[in-house]
Amino acid sequence: MGTVVFFIFAIMAIAAAWGVVTSKNIVHSALYLVLCFSGVAVLYVLMNADFLAAVQLLIYTGAVAIMIVFAVMLTLRGDISVSNTENRHWGWGALVAALVFIIMALVILANPDWRILATPWTSGGSAEDLSLLLLTRFMIPFEAAAVLLTVALVGAVVLAKGVKESK
Amino acid sequence: MNLSNLSVGLSTYLLVGAMLFSIGLYGVFAKRNIIAILMSIELMLNAVNINFVAFNRFVWNQKSGTNYILTGHVAALFVIVVAAAEVAVGLALVITIYRNRQSTNVDEFNWLKW
Repeated sequence: MGTVVFFIFAIMAIAAAWGVVTSKNIVHSALYLVLCFSGVAVLYVLMNADFLAAVQLLIYTGAVAIMIVFAVMLTLRGDISVSNTENRHWGWGALVAALVFIIMALVILANPDWRILATPWTSGGSAEDLSLLLLTRFMIPFEAAAVLLTVALVGAVVLAKGVKESK
Repeated sequence: MNLSNLSVGLSTYLLVGAMLFSIGLYGVFAKRNIIAILMSIELMLNAVNINFVAFNRFVWNQKSGTNYILTGHVAALFVIVVAAAEVAVGLALVITIYRNRQSTNVDEFNWLKW
């Protein structure tokens, strides 16, 4: 049961990722991106990472995708059906990406340590467990992440608003 | 062949992550629109998150303390935070560049080249 669900959603996520990079219309790319993020969220559920699946749905398919669609809307000009074309070096990019994938696949398939199956999972993954970790062992990185988010928010507002030319 | 007996191990998840990462890498190299490049970077960060959670799920034993058992989830959470910050600043930069140059094509962003 879990295996069938895994293959359905893994293939969906990869096909949607393929759609993101091959679609000529950038709005279609953004919609494929939403599909890909949703598929990855299902993979998180299959790996017993319930809270991360919820965060993935909220932040990626909710916030990031909407922000990308807004940026597309604010910057679009010309014909939308050719808004997302390849540059003239796409062949080299495909070659390098294929080589990277082949190397990674060889490493993954050749390593006997990673040929392991799931043992029953008993250590949670809910918001409660993660928050306990975040507020004790990972408190300093947690606060640093909070500062980073604040700085990024202010920086994004300043950049997008533009600086007044003053004498 | 009974499909539901096929077992999904760690290497299957890692292969999915590798495939997503390579597709994102191709997008970064090949796309012309800077927003598409940002989307490809998001794909790559998602692939890394899959690997973090997969290793956390499969490589664990009940003897390790509760302080260490969910470390992969926390790492994935921090990756998500950084990705959100990156996409916010990146899109703000895109909008600023578009306002100055009326373009989102990275092939035209060569005014630092000499």
